[in-house]
Amino acid sequence: MTVAIIDYGMGNLRSVAKAFEHVGADRVLVTDDLAMLRAADRLVFPGQGAIGSCFSHIEEHGLRDELSELLLSKPVLGICLGLQALFDFSEEDGGVEGLGVIPGQVLRFPEKMIDGGERAKIPQMGWNTVDQRRDHPLWRDIPDAAWFYFVHSYFVHTANDDDLCGACQYGDIEFAAAAARDNIFAVQFHPEKSHHDGLQLLKNFLSWDGTW
Amino acid sequence: MPLCKRIIPCLDVDAGRVVKGVRFVDIADAGDPVEVARRYSDVGADEVVFLDITASSDDRETIVHIVEQVADQVFIPLTVGGGIRELVDIRRMLNAGADKVAINTAAVNRPEFVREAAQHFGSQCIVVSVDAKQVGADHWELFTHGGRQATGIDVVEWVKKMVAFGAGEILLTSMDRDGTREGFDLALTRAVADAVPIPVIASGGVGNLQHLVEGVRDGGADAVLAASIFHFGEYSIHSAKQAMAAAGIIVREAR
Repeated sequence: MTVAIIDYGMGNLRSVAKAFEHVGADRVLVTDDLAMLRAADRLVFPGQGAIGSCFSHIEEHGLRDELSELLLSKPVLGICLGLQALFDFSEEDGGVEGLGVIPGQVLRFPEKMIDGGERAKIPQMGWNTVDQRRDHPLWRDIPDAAWFYFVHSYFVHTANDDDLCGACQYGDIEFAAAAARDNIFAVQFHPEKSHHDGLQLLKNFLSWDGTW
Repeated sequence: MPLCKRIIPCLDVDAGRVVKGVRFVDIADAGDPVEVARRYSDVGADEVVFLDITASSDDRETIVHIVEQVADQVFIPLTVGGGIRELVDIRRMLNAGADKVAINTAAVNRPEFVREAAQHFGSQCIVVSVDAKQVGADHWELFTHGGRQATGIDVVEWVKKMVAFGAGEILLTSMDRDGTREGFDLALTRAVADAVPIPVIASGGVGNLQHLVEGVRDGGADAVLAASIFHFGEYSIHSAKQAMAAAGIIVREAR
């Protein structure tokens, strides 16, 4: 069973790979090689930084057209920007068209928001709880309202409630901490930095057949 | 639930070993950064900071390997500070598995370094470490070299500048309080927290759990950093979180 982490040159993927190894993945590849991505049993679509350069990198690696096809073919886990890139549009970097795999938009947290009685800092950096809105195999053995580690200034608003699998609240904004549709499950938080519950989610992904 | 306030143990690492006597009774080697970091993550620390205090340049490579070993086995955020002077230093730390780097002297020597770092790697991984000393009523000056060298720069002006240059977080240490166990400099913490729109980690002076509560409640800190009160087993991360929760502060319960 091979997990391929799509390496399109956006940041360090070592932690993600090591976390998968830690939870028992047989074979973890970090690669941009199309043949390898096609042959893998599972795909991880990671990402960090700004979404504009994320898409330039995807295009430089010749992956834009291939991605939409790849992402529909097998179990997929999107992480952070790998969640945001799935949607129709992001207002970051002057407006960027996304992959449009799931309907919805990526918006910036408003300035001067209040969270927990103090000015909400942007990025949201730290641990927050996720309300599980849908039953999903990736939530197995993870309690509702478990804590996960987030670092982000933009958030996803899904167009359809059906796609909202986990919700998180920051200030007065409720956003998609997890979105799921068919064979794709994508999270805003970093499971590879979220201790037990994050590792459990990665473990669940390894045994998920892409249906739910 | 709002974002929780974080508790961050800080480990001093010299030539690959945790120093200043971490005393956990139940780990085999209290000098092993991997064991100590894993132990802290298991008991509910929200992040870990490694401060490389290695003096000898021969040993500077060691910290990179330490970071790799820790990041391969400990799955909470990891910040590394000490000796971060060039972009290549940041790249090596991030590639080794660090989530953030803390920049101190290099930012003072050349503030543009912070701008370049944020542009290259993103603000989310650039922590600017600020050593502050009180020089008058509600007036703090930026110091370097462990508080020995004055810069003449006003701390509040400095942190605003660092935000404009792309810093993602401020690690604020009161040199007046560091090591005193008298509690954070709350006026300093509040002045900085109110001046910047990014998270502030309070550091320096923690002697008991009430001090952690004050740092958040009165100082407005987003996270509190402590070393000795945890390392010597005097207080646990769990009891620290209980004290903060009892004061109405949102904390993450470890599982």
